[in-house]
Amino acid sequence: MLWACILLPQLALDAVCRKRNGEQPMCMDAQVSREAGCRERPLALVTGPAQRRVLLDANAAARAAGLVPGQPLLAAQALLQNFLAIDHDPREDERLRRFLAAWAYRYSSMVSLEGDDAILLEVEGSLGLFGPWPRLERMLREDLREMGFQHRIAMAPTPLGACLLAAAQDGLALTGSTHLHHALGRIPVTLARLSDDHTTALAAMGLRRLRQLFALPRAGLARRFGPSLLEHLDRMRGDHPDPRELYRPPDIFEERIELNYEVSYHPALLFPIRRLVNDLATYLSGRDGGVQRFVIALEHEQHSGVDIETTRTPTDGQLPDTEIVVGLLSAERDPARLFDLARSRLERSSIPAPVRALRLVARELPPFVPAGRDLFDERPAQAMPWAALRERLRARLGEDALYQLAGHPDPRPEQALRRSPQLSKEPAPLLLPPRPTWLLPRPMPLRDHSLQILAGPERIESGWWDGGDVRRDYYVVQTSLGQRAWAFRPAGVSDGAWMLHGWFA
Amino acid sequence: MSVPAAASCDTSPAMRVATLLRDPRLWRGQGAPVAPPSNRPTGCAALDEVLPAGGWPEAALVEILFSADGLGELSLLLPVLAALSSAEKPVVVVAPPYRAYAPAWQRAGVRLSHLHLVEANGKDALWAMEQALRAGCCGAVLGWPMQADDNALRRLQVAAETGQTLGFAFRPMSAQNNPSPAPLRLTLRDGPELRVLKCRGALPPARAIPFRPIQRH
Repeated sequence: MLWACILLPQLALDAVCRKRNGEQPMCMDAQVSREAGCRERPLALVTGPAQRRVLLDANAAARAAGLVPGQPLLAAQALLQNFLAIDHDPREDERLRRFLAAWAYRYSSMVSLEGDDAILLEVEGSLGLFGPWPRLERMLREDLREMGFQHRIAMAPTPLGACLLAAAQDGLALTGSTHLHHALGRIPVTLARLSDDHTTALAAMGLRRLRQLFALPRAGLARRFGPSLLEHLDRMRGDHPDPRELYRPPDIFEERIELNYEVSYHPALLFPIRRLVNDLATYLSGRDGGVQRFVIALEHEQHSGVDIETTRTPTDGQLPDTEIVVGLLSAERDPARLFDLARSRLERSSIPAPVRALRLVARELPPFVPAGRDLFDERPAQAMPWAALRERLRARLGEDALYQLAGHPDPRPEQALRRSPQLSKEPAPLLLPPRPTWLLPRPMPLRDHSLQILAGPERIESGWWDGGDVRRDYYVVQTSLGQRAWAFRPAGVSDGAWMLHGWFA
Repeated sequence: MSVPAAASCDTSPAMRVATLLRDPRLWRGQGAPVAPPSNRPTGCAALDEVLPAGGWPEAALVEILFSADGLGELSLLLPVLAALSSAEKPVVVVAPPYRAYAPAWQRAGVRLSHLHLVEANGKDALWAMEQALRAGCCGAVLGWPMQADDNALRRLQVAAETGQTLGFAFRPMSAQNNPSPAPLRLTLRDGPELRVLKCRGALPPARAIPFRPIQRH
């Protein structure tokens, strides 16, 4: 097995930059502005208790001014007057790691999260599909750059080895165990992901590189440090099995974007919605699924909860979320099409109050079956498949505007039709005397001086059980204009007034 | 054709014919493009005979002007709708004037699983019709743009050409004197009396077409 390790050295900072740049709809090139946006303004992440705030990370501009991770906030403020201090949210990191794991799942079925800054992929099985390693590596890097994550990638025969190599040198790829052994030997002990106690103890013993550690007698090491250190070293080199808990994609997609300002117009919401929908499509293609129905919830001002999991109830003075439901008749996963549908649904709904945050929740994720097309399809090149057209019509005209009809075995004509959003198979034909192609919504008087009876009568007498009792004699008649009509008279009355009920159009 | 002697001094006769053909004042008889033969018979032999394509056009808007309901305006189309829906092509009916009575449609051969009805009014109905025509995935699109003007019909015709789809627009008889971009226009009067008002590629016949709505009683 070959493991690729993607190390995310500044995940928390990237999370903040991503969020801040997601709200700048003006930028033409997201990548350029993302980098520029985070580079221009000094920015630092702050963590720790209120009495002792320390910097967790700082961006390039802040580091240039002398800010370093671990520095107290007061010291940082003394060094640099005007920088943006943002509270670090560990839940956001966790969410992003899950998101990245879902993304990595596209490239490998064995994905594992290591520590809090690395993702491991088993790539040997993926190389057959994604080409030789340099090509796969390029794809990974392109995706990560597009999503806005700083990263280091390395490949090695063991997961732990890949992790260490990625920390030591970006872009290293080793396949043989002797090479790995050699490369690991040059890695400093401080980067070896040992426990803190072991690291300090080894440093105090004057051991700088792993090579020196490998050279020590195993029995002595085991006596001094216990079996865990040896096992760690063996897993690193592949001498000891290293089973890992593999990532399993969740069955629900849920994403949230908090806006930095209030938005009360549709156009300003489109950009964050596009990002949410793109994330959804990324997730869907990772699990090779589609989405049948998703909800975009607009959270309004003064919203208390930040926790995504809890169900929120509106307390006094707060508006409930505005929910925009996007339902589809068949599974879909094309981001452009999903965005198109979400946009037309959004434009039809009104925004009652300024929006502070957006949430996209998708629970119905059925398998996606791409529509089959003929190889020698003679349709025009720009043709849109029926499923897409259907969704477009439903998005603008309403969920129920598109329907199909099936006959229903009830003798009363009014009850003999059933509307359904989608017929899965051809309904069985009903054996009936002639019926008109058009049925009037309700019967109306037919006044004509020279009606000619073509067929009939056919008595329909039914419905005593549900209050819709009818007793009628139906005739096919021809009017003086030559129209063919389906009309009835009360049952048993030969000279009653004609009531028109349909046209043989 | 004799060329005048004075003009034949410096150019060859072929060149002169070429210049003559470029003259915009010259009217040529075969100007209109000949419609390719259609493989969608109307189901009415007399009508097939009259139409230049020998059936419904493949990709165009057909305008049907009718003076009253129940003259057979729908049974004129049922054969082609049956053929298209049996070929598993969606048939879209936009904003029908009455409730489509499914058993009768099914009896005429239309497969209900490929019959889609759209509820819309006014502008939305025109939009839906145009979208369905333009998409190129539908077999036929039926609509009742009663109030539509020349501009709206032109949009529908362009959409039908772009999407290579057959469109039917039912219109009131009062529209027969207005110009229309539809390549084929039929009128259905009391009687019932079916006439071709306009067909691209041929002269419309003067006489009425014997037409009996296919309905078994």
